[in-house]
Amino acid sequence: MKKDIILAGVGGQGILTIATIIGEAATTAGLNLKQAEVHGMSQRGGDVQSNLRLSTDLIHSDLIKQGAADLIISMEPMEALRYLPYLNREGWIVTSSHSFKNIPNYPDEDALMQELNALPYVATLPIEDVAKENNLPKSANVILLGMAAKYIDILTPEQLRESIARVFASKGEKIVEANQQAFDLGWNAVK
Amino acid sequence: MIERKLLLGDEAIALGAIHAGISGVYAYPGTPSTEITEFIQGHASDVRSRWCTNEKTAMEAALGMSYAGKRALVCMKHVGMNVAADAFVNSAITGVNGGLVVLAADDPSMHSSQNEQDSRFYGKFAMIPILEPSTQQEAYDMMPYAYALSEEKKLPVLMRVVTRLAHSRAGVVVREPMVQNALNPETERTHWVLLPGNARKQYASLVSKQGELLVSSETSPYNVSHSISKKSAIGVIACGIAYNYVMENEPQKLDIPVLKVSQYPLPESAIKMMANQCEALLIAEDGQPLVEEQVKSLLGADYLVKGRLTGDLPRMGELTPDSVGAALGVNIEQPYVAAQHVMPRPPALCQGCGHRDVYDALNKVAAEYQGARIFGDIGCYTLGALPPFRAIDSCVDMGASITMAKGAADAGVFPSIAVIGDSTFTHSGMTGLLDAINDNANITVIISDNLTTAMTGGQDSAGTNKFEAICLGLGMDPKHVRVVVPLPKNMEEITRTIREEIEYKGVSVIIPRRECMQTLQRKLRNKKK
Repeated sequence: MKKDIILAGVGGQGILTIATIIGEAATTAGLNLKQAEVHGMSQRGGDVQSNLRLSTDLIHSDLIKQGAADLIISMEPMEALRYLPYLNREGWIVTSSHSFKNIPNYPDEDALMQELNALPYVATLPIEDVAKENNLPKSANVILLGMAAKYIDILTPEQLRESIARVFASKGEKIVEANQQAFDLGWNAVK
Repeated sequence: MIERKLLLGDEAIALGAIHAGISGVYAYPGTPSTEITEFIQGHASDVRSRWCTNEKTAMEAALGMSYAGKRALVCMKHVGMNVAADAFVNSAITGVNGGLVVLAADDPSMHSSQNEQDSRFYGKFAMIPILEPSTQQEAYDMMPYAYALSEEKKLPVLMRVVTRLAHSRAGVVVREPMVQNALNPETERTHWVLLPGNARKQYASLVSKQGELLVSSETSPYNVSHSISKKSAIGVIACGIAYNYVMENEPQKLDIPVLKVSQYPLPESAIKMMANQCEALLIAEDGQPLVEEQVKSLLGADYLVKGRLTGDLPRMGELTPDSVGAALGVNIEQPYVAAQHVMPRPPALCQGCGHRDVYDALNKVAAEYQGARIFGDIGCYTLGALPPFRAIDSCVDMGASITMAKGAADAGVFPSIAVIGDSTFTHSGMTGLLDAINDNANITVIISDNLTTAMTGGQDSAGTNKFEAICLGLGMDPKHVRVVVPLPKNMEEITRTIREEIEYKGVSVIIPRRECMQTLQRKLRNKKK
C-alpha cells in the first residue's frame, strides 16, 4: 500500500507543518517515508511544494512521478492547480478556496475556481475564514490537514490526532488542544 | 543502541559526521548545504561549529585540524567549491593526517543558485575519491566510511550530494558514536611545505595512489551491480540519486541490468563487464555528463553510450523519475494536463524588509542620472532584480558587485554603484573594496546590513558590528562612510546621502542598517514563549 501526496502553497503558509505531522505519524506507525522539501530562495513568498511519499514497501524516488500522486493538499487554489499533471486518475485535491494574491497577474478568480471545481475529485473550504470564526487564527493549515485526513487512508485520523499532540507538545496543552480542534473542524467539514 | 530517526539528507550527513568522531565542522551557509552545519551546531557541543567567513577559510581551517590529527568536515554549496578551490586542490597534494571530508551540495536545476556546475569534476580534477550517496541512509553510513578511507589513503575525500537528497527526509537507522581522534600533529614537514621540490614528490605520490583508489572503488560496498552479467539490449549506469529514479521505474521488471555507482573513480571492470553483455549503456547521472564522457572514452567510439549528450536524457536540469523513465522506454499515464489558470509565483523581498527601502531610494536617485549602473550581489537583495524594483544590473558571484562597479567606473561608467549584503561583504567584498580604495575608484558602495545571513535562514554574519571599523581599516575616508536607517520615513535623508556620495569623486560607502524582518520576528516569538 502507498500514498503519494503533494503538499502545495506559498512560502510561509505552513505546509511544512502539515508535512511534519503526517511524517511523524507515519514514522510512529512504522511506514516507509520520503519527503522532498523546498528550502532557500522560494520560501520568500514564492510557490513551494513538498513531495510526501508513504508506503508499506521500499520507496526509491524522493520525487513523485507525473500522473502518480494520490492526493494534492494545498493551502491555495492556484497552487493546487499547478501540480495537476502529477495527479492520478482517482486522485483527490483538497485545497483552501482562499486565494493568496501576491503577484500582479493572478488569474481571474471565478475562472480559476471553475476550472478547479470541474475536476472530478475536489474538496475545498475557506479554511482561513473557518479558522477565524473558531478563534484558531494560526491553525488554518491543520484544518486543511483534517480535511485531507479523509483521503490519507494509509494513516487513521486517530494516528494523525496523536501526532498533532506530539508535534505541538513543546508548545503547551492549549496549543495542542487548539490544533486538535482545528483538525476535527476540517475532518467534519468533508462528507 | 540502534535507533531509527526521520532525517533530512543534510541532517543524515551531519549525524553521520558526528558519529564518525569529527572534532570540527567548517562552513559558510549556502543552499542546499546549510542544514548540515546547523544540525551539528544544535546536536554536538563537543564539535567546533561556528560559521566561517567564506568557503576558503573553512577549507583551510579544516585542513589545519586534519594536520593536527583530528577529523574535520567542510561543507559548502557547489559554487562555494570555486571559492575554496585553491585550498581544496592543494589539500590533495599535501595529503591529510586526520580524516578530512569535503561535502559539496550541488543544485541541478538552479533552485537557489546561479549555475548548476557539477562538483564531481573538482574531485576528479584533484584526483581524490568521490562518494555520492543515493539515499539518506547511505549519506549517514558513508560518513564513517569516508573518514576511514581518508585516513587510510591519506587523502581528502569529496562527498557530493544534490538538492533533492539534501532537502528530502527519510528514516535513517543510526549507530553508536565513535570517539574523536586524539591530538596528533603532523611531524613530516616535506609533505606540507609545497615548495616545488616537495610538491613534485607529493604530486608523484598522489599519481601513484590512483591505482589503489580504483581498487577501492571496484570493491566498494556502495558500487552495487544488479544482474550485470545478463545479456540485454540496454544496461544502465545509475549514479548517486539517479539510482532512485532508475529503480522507481522497476528495471528488474524490464530485465534491464543496473550498475549503481556511488564511489569514484569509476569501477571500470564492472562497466566493461556490463558493456560486454549489453548492446548499449544508458548513463543516468544528476548534474553534468561527467560519467557519460568517461564511459565513452573507456569503451571506444564504436560502443553506443546514451545519456545527456545524446539527448536520451535532458542536457540541463535535474533528472526526475519521469525523464529517466522516458529514457528507459517506460510510458507514463497522465490523466490530467497542465491547468490553464496557473501563473508563475516568483519569490519576493518580505514586506517591511529594509532592502525594499534601499531599492526605493536607489531607484529614485539613479533615475536622476542617465548613465547609472547598479551592480548587485548574492543574497536576498538579489530579488531587487525582479519587479517592482528592477533595480540591479548584475549578479555574478559573491563580492562581484564592488569589483565590477570598480572595473565599470575605470571604463567610464558614472555613477557606478555596488549593492552588497553584510555577510557577502565579509565573504568576498572586503578585498575588492581595498582595490577600489587603493585605486581611488569613483564608486559608491552600499553595504545593505540586516545583521544576518538572511537568504539561507538567518545565520550569524561574520562582520556584524564591525563594518565601519573594517572600512576605515581598509583606508576609507571617515567622511565618506555613512550610516542610514532604511525606513520609509527616512527616505529624504537616504536619497540625499546617496546623491552626495555619488557626487563625491572617490570611494564612498553607505551602510543602510536595519535588522532582517525574519530574524526580528523569530526573536519576538522566542521572547513570548
